[in-house]
Amino acid sequence: MKPELFTKETTAIIYGYQQKAIQRMLDFDYACGRTVPSVACIVNPSRDGVHKVFFGKGEILIPMYKTIRAACAHHPKADVMVNFASFRSAFDTSMEALHEPQIKTVCVIAEGVPERRERILAAEAKKLDKMVIGPATVGGVKAGCFKIANTAGTYDNIIASKLNRPGSVGFVSKSGGLSNECYNIIARNTDGLYEGIAIGGDAYPGSTLLDHILRYQAIPEVKMIVALGEIGGSEEYRIVEALKNKEITKPLVIWVTGTCSKMFPSGVQFGHAGAKAGAANETADAKNAALKEAGALVPNSFDDYGILINETYKKLVADGTIVPAPEVKAPVLPMDYEQAVKEGKIRKATTFIATISNEKGDELEYNHVKISDVLNCGLGIGNVIGLLWFKKQLPAYCCRFLENALMLTADHGPAVSGAHNAIVAARAGKDIISCLASGILTIGPRFGGAIDGAAQNFKRAYEAGLTPDQFIKDMKAKGINIPGIGHKVKSVNNPDMRVTNLKAFVMKNFKEHKLLDYALEVEKITTQKKGTLILNVDGCIGICFVDMLMSSGCFTKEEIDSIIDMGCLNALFVIGRSIGIFGHVFDQKRLKQPLYRTPYDEIAYMTDL
Amino acid sequence: MAQRGIREYDGKRILFDELAKVIPSFKGLSAKLALVTPDTKPEELLAANPWLKEGKLVAKPDQLFGKRGKNGLVYAGKTWDETWKWISERMNKETTITTGGNKKVTGVLTHFLIEPFTPHADNEEGYISIKSTREYDVIYLSAQGGIYVEENWDKVKETRVGILEDIENVKINMPDFGVNNALVEKFTKEVYRIYCAGNFSYLEINPFTFSNGAVIPLDFVARVDDTGAFESRKMWGKIEFPSSFGQKLTKEEMYIRDLDSKTGASLKLTILNPEGRIWNMVAGGGASVIYADTVCDLGFAKELANYGEYSGDPSEEFTYLYAKTILDLMTRTKHPQGKILTIGGGIANFTDVAKTFKGIIRALKEYQQKLIDNNVVIYVRRGGPNYQEGLANMRKLGESLGVPIHVYGPETHMTAVVSMALCPDKK
Repeated sequence: MKPELFTKETTAIIYGYQQKAIQRMLDFDYACGRTVPSVACIVNPSRDGVHKVFFGKGEILIPMYKTIRAACAHHPKADVMVNFASFRSAFDTSMEALHEPQIKTVCVIAEGVPERRERILAAEAKKLDKMVIGPATVGGVKAGCFKIANTAGTYDNIIASKLNRPGSVGFVSKSGGLSNECYNIIARNTDGLYEGIAIGGDAYPGSTLLDHILRYQAIPEVKMIVALGEIGGSEEYRIVEALKNKEITKPLVIWVTGTCSKMFPSGVQFGHAGAKAGAANETADAKNAALKEAGALVPNSFDDYGILINETYKKLVADGTIVPAPEVKAPVLPMDYEQAVKEGKIRKATTFIATISNEKGDELEYNHVKISDVLNCGLGIGNVIGLLWFKKQLPAYCCRFLENALMLTADHGPAVSGAHNAIVAARAGKDIISCLASGILTIGPRFGGAIDGAAQNFKRAYEAGLTPDQFIKDMKAKGINIPGIGHKVKSVNNPDMRVTNLKAFVMKNFKEHKLLDYALEVEKITTQKKGTLILNVDGCIGICFVDMLMSSGCFTKEEIDSIIDMGCLNALFVIGRSIGIFGHVFDQKRLKQPLYRTPYDEIAYMTDL
Repeated sequence: MAQRGIREYDGKRILFDELAKVIPSFKGLSAKLALVTPDTKPEELLAANPWLKEGKLVAKPDQLFGKRGKNGLVYAGKTWDETWKWISERMNKETTITTGGNKKVTGVLTHFLIEPFTPHADNEEGYISIKSTREYDVIYLSAQGGIYVEENWDKVKETRVGILEDIENVKINMPDFGVNNALVEKFTKEVYRIYCAGNFSYLEINPFTFSNGAVIPLDFVARVDDTGAFESRKMWGKIEFPSSFGQKLTKEEMYIRDLDSKTGASLKLTILNPEGRIWNMVAGGGASVIYADTVCDLGFAKELANYGEYSGDPSEEFTYLYAKTILDLMTRTKHPQGKILTIGGGIANFTDVAKTFKGIIRALKEYQQKLIDNNVVIYVRRGGPNYQEGLANMRKLGESLGVPIHVYGPETHMTAVVSMALCPDKK
């Protein structure tokens, strides 16, 4: 394996749809002045396509594939995989990536990968002469070149820690959180980081502190090495051996954390899974002492870590080993919209207004009424209509009236145009939405529209002070049949029970029913002309609906006019009838009815006409 | 998430059930294990385990500590009535044991394992253990096991199995078990397979003996890697991870452990000295250790009250609950010099500092009066996403809370606040 893992041309495959991490990688690219984005593509097992991200000031598309194989096939130059798979699938996906010849480095983010799996992963990588960073890590960064995932946090921090251009220090630690802290320490005390890797806090990381230290030893640009060890395990003794064997000759500043463990009762498991001393030689004190003896530069405590790094750096500058890297000004990254809003720096006009419901709080609300109250206080569907259509909590009798109207309009047999169309669509094998649509699309002036028409016309006449007689004459003069009057078979002597029941309900429950009374006066006159010219069910619903609005005391006159004008009555009919239309659709599907074709004898072919 | 000791009862249950699939003599053995807890009713135990009345028994505590024989805590070759009496006399009693390293540990006996007694001679005690290293597992085998195996370590044969090797192709380095050699070799390979498939990280059977041409494991100790649960759950069955003997978790430690299990983030708390003056609330598994180190390095180990950490971007609510727990603990007893709270951390990679601080600030406000009464001084040091907002909110709180809050960002060395707090005279 070559000591250098990353260059300014390195591109990576990101396993897992990690949008924030991807954006942070590309923002780092921008800071470094990379021309090629460091993310070649994304592997997202559940979806392929593209993902849109910012690359500097503009936007680019990053391809997304369902498999690692497809990602590799399309991006043969990508030699890093950053694996965000969960602890359950991290092992299998990492092994798969290692066996792709083009992939040289796999970084495993997941915490909680079983130790045996980690060991197999490490051994397999060694066999294949490839690099595994992690599991349980945030990754690493090569200053000015390439950054893994969320390493080094925000853009500001990247700039503050001078990670947009290489310095002279190679760094490695177990902890991902601390690595970021150490980039900061290194930036303050030297000419900056060359490369930093967090190997992960588990007992068996894919690559070890020593693996990376030896890489840094082999990279000429790295002039000094800084490392952070940890209590538990014996990894640091391999470093001791390497120091003794002169495999490490560059200055190595190292501190092993966990010196407090001697003060603790036995058995304290620190934050990292690997951070527990099983034997005396695994304590931080023992390791620090052994490293110091072997020639490493070991501070007295973490407080002095930065000071020792600084002293070491100054010596190297003084003897000419290090020529301090020049500062490179990083471009200013445009602020993200969300951040700018959060900081109150910008404002934006909204596109939509919504006043009837809100799902953003703890609980969904219908016009300020919590959904639990809707359910638990027995509000019923009438009240839900009240809340969402009229933004009112209606008296119980009004809700019952609305529910009655829904029940009455739910169905009127298979022959009417709505049901018929839906049946034909169902028999054509269409889905239920198409069936419903083909049915309700027939609702209009001739079918179902009488409810709306009756309400409009009777209300207009009543409010204009026309007598029933004048109203009838007026309509006749206009050449319009009065909507809501007339039935095909029902008559005065053969009343429509739907109308009888609805009238009785209104008479009993409404405080006033002026428009119904008016309509009944009109009916008296029309039925004298012809017995079937009765107030029909559509008319009755429409007219009583107006009475409900006017008598409930909940609505102003303007509100009532607006409700009628908006077409709420048509809406009421659509809701009610949808129940019946679905019934017919399910009926046909249940009966497995075949495609309907209108028989020839139903059609008069008169092409000669 | 780490290596966890398991009860001998669970370990043997798993081992016997798995071995029964490949070695007929193990069939039915797992049914002859009985675990006695403080809630066990003898009549119910007998009803579920009629074999307890049928022959001689052996009983011993099952609480993750070894050297039970040397501590006089193995009661062997007795009847049910004698065994139950022996257990009853010890149940819920505080007991001091001497561990392998000659350390004395005191704890309460709460769990006992009862099994059928297998008589055997001292010269029929075998030893097997398996441990893991980075590149390979090591199988140790000895024909001279028992309590003096360590004294006879030169008799122990070692076999290394590379992590990528198949045990089938490995030649086991066998000590001389005489006529039982083939039996032990087969047993060893099968135990090793279970060790791998069951995500064990340590396993020791000492001793095992022979009876009617079969291997009989007597004492069993094991640790498993709890991150392997998703792979080995079926093999493990219902398993528990007891605390080590003598380690008593406080109510608050249990509470935080419970919170931790409910979030993808990490929340840890260990109380070191509830009367301690110095309380740390530090973000990050690595940073938290360094803050504790620094307190100790400065010579204040005895005053350090807790070790703990929160990390992995916990929600505001979880951070609030975590902070509240610490604030409650630290304001229970007053200290003449007042108390110090360090809200520390490194520069986060992706944890939202403003968000987690919101949770902490909520808790601080709630404990305002108690913090004042206890003369608490707060030191804050943190960096990472939205840290400016988080620190500004802390500073603002400092103006109204009534206790001093000193706030620092990434420009100050991570642990500098510790010496500022503890050695204000030092520069």
